[in-house]
Amino acid sequence: MNIFNVRSAWTIYKQELMRAFRTALQSILAPVLTTTLYFVVFGAAIGSQMSGGVDGLNYGAFIVPGLLLLTILGESTSNASFGIYMPRFTGAIYELLSAPVGVAETLVGFVGAAATKSLILAAIILLTASFCVDYSIAHPFYAFLYILLVSASFSLFGFILGIWADSFEKLTIVPMLILTPLTFLGGTFYSIDSLPEPWRAVAMANPIVYLVNGLRWTFYGSSDVPIGLSLGLTLLFLLVCVGFISWVFRTGWRLRT
Amino acid sequence: MQPILEIAGLTKTYKGGFTALRNVDLSIRKGEIFALLGPNGAGKTTLIGAVCGLVRPSSGTIHAFGEDMGRHWRRLRARVGLVPQELATDMFEPVLRSVNHSRGLFGLAPNPALIEEILRALSLWDKRDAQIRTLSGGMKRRVLIAKALAHEPELLFLDEPTAGVDVELRRDMWKQIARLRERGTTVILTTHYIEEAEEMADRVGIIRKGEILMVDDKATMMKRLGRVEALISLAQPLAGLPEFLSAYPVTLIEEGAVLCYRGGEGGVAGTAEVAELTKALTRAGIDYTGIDIHESSLEDIFVNLLEGPDGPSAEAAA
Repeated sequence: MNIFNVRSAWTIYKQELMRAFRTALQSILAPVLTTTLYFVVFGAAIGSQMSGGVDGLNYGAFIVPGLLLLTILGESTSNASFGIYMPRFTGAIYELLSAPVGVAETLVGFVGAAATKSLILAAIILLTASFCVDYSIAHPFYAFLYILLVSASFSLFGFILGIWADSFEKLTIVPMLILTPLTFLGGTFYSIDSLPEPWRAVAMANPIVYLVNGLRWTFYGSSDVPIGLSLGLTLLFLLVCVGFISWVFRTGWRLRT
Repeated sequence: MQPILEIAGLTKTYKGGFTALRNVDLSIRKGEIFALLGPNGAGKTTLIGAVCGLVRPSSGTIHAFGEDMGRHWRRLRARVGLVPQELATDMFEPVLRSVNHSRGLFGLAPNPALIEEILRALSLWDKRDAQIRTLSGGMKRRVLIAKALAHEPELLFLDEPTAGVDVELRRDMWKQIARLRERGTTVILTTHYIEEAEEMADRVGIIRKGEILMVDDKATMMKRLGRVEALISLAQPLAGLPEFLSAYPVTLIEEGAVLCYRGGEGGVAGTAEVAELTKALTRAGIDYTGIDIHESSLEDIFVNLLEGPDGPSAEAAA
């Protein structure tokens, strides 16, 4: 029996990408503009006042991976959550649920599209950042893979959020009240090593620290935590999300009455 | 012939304890139009949802095309289409793209000729590039039908297909549904418009409070349960029923001015008995000035069934 229908997955993927481009101002231009403003204010303006830099890097270059991650986490989560929440909200989910489509096609479609959009955003942000700050990427291939991994993981997380949420408020509460503060406190603008104890220990309990440092390693070859640990935790998060979504589809939780 | 859909012992009890379907058994024949009639909240949509994968049954089995829907859902769902009751779709999508999307979702290669044929048949071709939100309510409903037909289902569920649709469009949709049957599609529709079932269905099922009360051919149902009511206006009022009328199911109403006949299960027997009755009146020298004869419609049968011993009327009286 056919266990994965490529055409079904492609149909969902295409539809979700089109939805993103249909709202390009909100879903592409807005996050690019916000991140660019961060680069201008923190990287070019404030960074130029900091003669010593951070960890041997000029401040503008130091914050590039963290700011990139801030956008990727928020956008991946929001896109995937809205992607599945909207049909649930309008009732159009009936079409997906009554089609011969399983968890694999659904995830490739919804999560793949959300992750693709994050990759496109990442590319645009890196390009615009190059006009504001002087940065380099030590391991471009690993950087690409890491961004892909983080995008996919948080798109999966967003998908779960979209299935769990029963209101628009719940949909936005996690990215705004949890992800954004954790990213700001996760070493985006400063090195964790520069924190005194016990704040350093507290900071290490923030999972975003490992993500930011993982991406920073692919950019500059060094970070506050070992790259293996960052990679391992990200992979673990991805697997937990996949496992949870498989359970959702098996039991119909929040999808089928 | 093997039924195209066979439901056995289907029960659905929701988390809160509400039982929407109680031990439902139902068999649908290939190529027929089956109308599931029932008041709001009877369980029609839940029953459809259980077959189409929107509702998880608490117990029971569903077989389609001779195979278990639970085990072979992927293969079987590809052959089933659903038009939901609510106008639920991405309203910002243009019609053509939305219908193509539905076909792709079912894993099928694009078929522009077929999609054009479907859209033309539903008078939507001219609106193919219009966003769905800009269409009228009737057109939106037709878009949902087009979406459900895009993967050429052999078994099509229409959940209240003409709800909120004007009379002209309703008749237009009946024609569309009849055309589907001609092409070999089996259609199961839910409705609370009795006229709709009477006009289109080969067989009718009546559901109330999650239980199937009756399933029969429409004609058989009307023959079995249909009644005749005849009101014979008498030239002179009668003080009481003459002895010779005791053989007939008649009563005197309107102070003896009208003789009311109610009986004759099955329309033909009833009208013959009314003819007998009029002859008997003539023989007895009882003159009459008019006869108003009325055969039960499906609606009368439906209302009688619903207002049976456990029906709403009985409940209200209790």
